[in-house]
Amino acid sequence: MPPHQPHHQPHHPPRLSDTLALLRSHWLLLLRHGAIVLGFNSLLALATQVASGGPGDIHFVYAQAIGLSIWLCIDVGRYLVGGTTQATGWPTGWRALALPVVGTALGFAIGTLIGQAYAGERAPHWTASQQQLAASLLLTAGVSAAITFFFYARARDQARLRRIAEAERQAAEARLKLLETQIEPHMLFNTLANLRVLITLDPPRAQDMLDRLIDYLRATLSGSRNSSHALSAEFSRLADYLALMQVRMGARLQVQFDLPEALADLPVPPLLLQPLVENAIQHGLEPHKAGGTLWLSARLDGEDLLLSVADNGRGLGDGVATHAGRAPGTGFGLTQVRERLHTLCGAAAQLTLTARDQGGTLAQVRLPRAARQTTDAAPPREIVRPAPLRPPTQC
Amino acid sequence: MTTPSALATSDATRDVSSAPRALIAEDEPLLAQALAAELRRAWPDLLLLPTAQDGDEAIALALRHRPELLFLDIRMPGCNGLDAAQAIVEDWPDDTPLPLIVFVTAYDQHALQAFERHAVDYLLKPVQPARLAACCTRLQGLLQRAHAASATQVQPDINGATRGHGVSADASDQATSEHPGADNNAALLNQLRALLSAAPHASSHPTDAPLQVIQAAVGQQVHLIPVDEVLYFEAADKYVRVLTATREHLIRQSLRELLPQLDPQRFWQVHRGTVVNIREVTQALRDESGKVTLTLRQRPERLAVSRLYAGRFKGM
Repeated sequence: MPPHQPHHQPHHPPRLSDTLALLRSHWLLLLRHGAIVLGFNSLLALATQVASGGPGDIHFVYAQAIGLSIWLCIDVGRYLVGGTTQATGWPTGWRALALPVVGTALGFAIGTLIGQAYAGERAPHWTASQQQLAASLLLTAGVSAAITFFFYARARDQARLRRIAEAERQAAEARLKLLETQIEPHMLFNTLANLRVLITLDPPRAQDMLDRLIDYLRATLSGSRNSSHALSAEFSRLADYLALMQVRMGARLQVQFDLPEALADLPVPPLLLQPLVENAIQHGLEPHKAGGTLWLSARLDGEDLLLSVADNGRGLGDGVATHAGRAPGTGFGLTQVRERLHTLCGAAAQLTLTARDQGGTLAQVRLPRAARQTTDAAPPREIVRPAPLRPPTQC
Repeated sequence: MTTPSALATSDATRDVSSAPRALIAEDEPLLAQALAAELRRAWPDLLLLPTAQDGDEAIALALRHRPELLFLDIRMPGCNGLDAAQAIVEDWPDDTPLPLIVFVTAYDQHALQAFERHAVDYLLKPVQPARLAACCTRLQGLLQRAHAASATQVQPDINGATRGHGVSADASDQATSEHPGADNNAALLNQLRALLSAAPHASSHPTDAPLQVIQAAVGQQVHLIPVDEVLYFEAADKYVRVLTATREHLIRQSLRELLPQLDPQRFWQVHRGTVVNIREVTQALRDESGKVTLTLRQRPERLAVSRLYAGRFKGM
């Protein structure tokens, strides 16, 4: 989505329905403006009464009548003239000047008439003399300009803040998208190196490995078009990655899958578990001399879907050099998973990382039912059971 | 394939002119197989020792059999290739020239730049025949120069000390061309030292201010030791011993994690397992074989400096 540009409405009076719609969405703002104007008028009334004496109510009525009329002319008028930008709600160009000027004049006239109607014979003397009328008009214009500018400045600042927030949100989204599509080069080149060896050594196995690599790359590079796919598809993607790792690690990596039939079609965000599986291998099993086993399972815990990635490798922390000096569980991949969970499934979805009693690590993602239902239920593109992994043939 | 007789030959009495031996360290079985096969094709006379499958096995096999060549994968379980190289070089016996080390890597941005500048050679996985052949030619050349030197002249020993000369050249100085054997050794030590300092440390985010206090937990207590009071750090298993004038503490960080947090002006690494507070050192004594030991101000023990770091202790 391109960054939001303030666009100008066409330079003709907008349709009534549009205007009303806009007014309706801004009514709270208008009310707030009105309250400010009311308060200010009262102050002004007090000031003029103190300055020139006379009955308080006349001053009050005049101040409010003029003040509110001007305010209404300007604040409502800005929706009625063309050229009002969506962003700030205020017009630009020549209208920006014309609106307050015309509004002030009009409002002053109307307000004075109202005041006159109210006061009748008690009309204040300044309404009679032309010079004094002009003077008070000038004063009114000054005050009106100041207040108008104040409202405009606030609207402009709000618009700026909104733009900043939107830009930040888009940057975060872009970053997340980029991360999702990254392939670890080390993994890629090592895999290709192994593939090269297999081509002459064991051609059918080389083809099988290449197929898996293609599927893995396709899934990883395209990122996540949909916001969800079937759990069985997720497991197939992970099976591809693990099959590739098994070629590289040989007997040092054993894998076990546990996906009950009933859960196969449940929607989950794509590549959600990928970073967890990668971590289990990179930090748990690969550095462990004896290697070990990785268990990938899904089960229902009440209404929650529990996805687990367990390994019996090196384990978290505990005398082992912590990665990049950070506490285990705060690494990059895990932060990414948490962010995705939060964005796609809300605050109720959880990721926990614990040490297993028997050694190794358990990473668990808990998806409550409500959270799962917020993801678009795209029809499962393919229901591919994870192919049974062929044990590495003895060369 | 290696023949049992080749291995059984006592390494100390090996005839230098016999076929060179190489050790491959690679954890991925297919890649190890492939490298071995390619090496046999490119260098038929080369004898291959059984492949080491992790860093620690590489160190053990290298020190036991003392091959002339090492092909070390960088990423291996246990100890990685660079650290294995350091351990091998530091513990290598004095009477044998250091092995030539070739690092093998799939992809490592930092490493490639460092290797360009410092390594004897490096190989990118997948290893391709032409590239390997070039590498082998280069290695053969280096070995021949070393053998030629040993045949005609007094071979300076591995620490670079030359007997009978007034001035002792230490291992870090680039030896003159009269001693190509020492040339190899010195070059290798320089390269390895540079590679080790270029390698990204476990803690990749730089700390702005050096550590001021060491926190050692014992049960419910945490002892706070000002870093000035530490005489030296010594790696022990998964812990690091912190030694002050009067006491010894244990912390759970590894030396590699700790080192970047310390002030490099004050704390010098003198061995892969030792970092010393240089202000607490009164003198560095170089013995006849070129080994350097440090005497401390406040503790009786002497610290051994590995040949990699011996070069730092020389006159101004």
